[in-house]
Amino acid sequence: MLRLTSSRLGSLLAGRPTAALTFSIKGRAASQQSHEVSEALDMSRPMYYDRVDMPLPDKPYKDVLSEAEQKLKQKEKGPWSQLTNEEKVALYRLKFCQSYSEMRAPSAEWKTVLGGVLFFLGFTGLVVWWQRIYVYPPRPRTLEDDWKAMQLQRMLDMRINPVEGLSAKWDYDKGQWK
Amino acid sequence: MFRAAVRLSVSGARSLTRTQPRCQAPLASRCYSHGKQETDEEFDARWITYFNKPDIDAWELRKGMNTLIGYDLVPEPKILEAVLRACRRLNDLASAIRILEAVKDKAGPHKDIYPYVIQELKPVLSELGISTPEELGLDKI
Repeated sequence: MLRLTSSRLGSLLAGRPTAALTFSIKGRAASQQSHEVSEALDMSRPMYYDRVDMPLPDKPYKDVLSEAEQKLKQKEKGPWSQLTNEEKVALYRLKFCQSYSEMRAPSAEWKTVLGGVLFFLGFTGLVVWWQRIYVYPPRPRTLEDDWKAMQLQRMLDMRINPVEGLSAKWDYDKGQWK
Repeated sequence: MFRAAVRLSVSGARSLTRTQPRCQAPLASRCYSHGKQETDEEFDARWITYFNKPDIDAWELRKGMNTLIGYDLVPEPKILEAVLRACRRLNDLASAIRILEAVKDKAGPHKDIYPYVIQELKPVLSELGISTPEELGLDKI
């Protein structure tokens, strides 16, 4: 018998080759034999599922009915016009867990995801800042402005790239860039 | 005219100049490149026959409905009438309501399909005493 801990299983469960639709599974917890795992799902028996593309699952949501519920099921065998709206909703909820609207309802999960992403980006920023203060070596002397000025002057004096490059762009008579 | 002439040749002459693929049809029809194409009417009739089986059992109802919803179409009201009557024979009101929800969901962005279907099904719904999901408040969260 196949057993799985009850967690989100997604398209792994779908015997049909549909696109991966996540759906929550409500199955009976295995009875006597599952002492090693807390709530093992017996996947060899028909299971309930809420799917928009398969409206009628293999078993009803609630199959263990109380007295009142059994009475209601008996009443269902008669004319349905004699049922009140509450009884009709009760019958629906016995058979199904979520209605289509509830299945389709958007969740606020994206806010959590976005918040988590931004939080960790911020944390990374703090880590980088700390590294800049405590880990980076001292700034090389050659990157100071005065050194760079002296370096540029030396390159111009040496006539580096006089035809089309650096020195070609310097006006030696006026002492400025062309 | 050409199409009628082709259909009259019963033994299925597999000429390449067969019917055009009816991929633009809003209901029914798969787009095969060969073989006889089932018309919308044949498709509907097949499904109505399936659900009209007097001793249909719960499994067959579920299988038929799940398969029908799997197709790229919204079932015709006459098929749905047969489904609802099958639910009545099986004393299953919840599935009848679920099926109406599924039809609304199948229509997707085409918001005018579901009211049309409900309008067409009104006689059956009142005859069998089936409330729509809206009447029961099941369309709210």
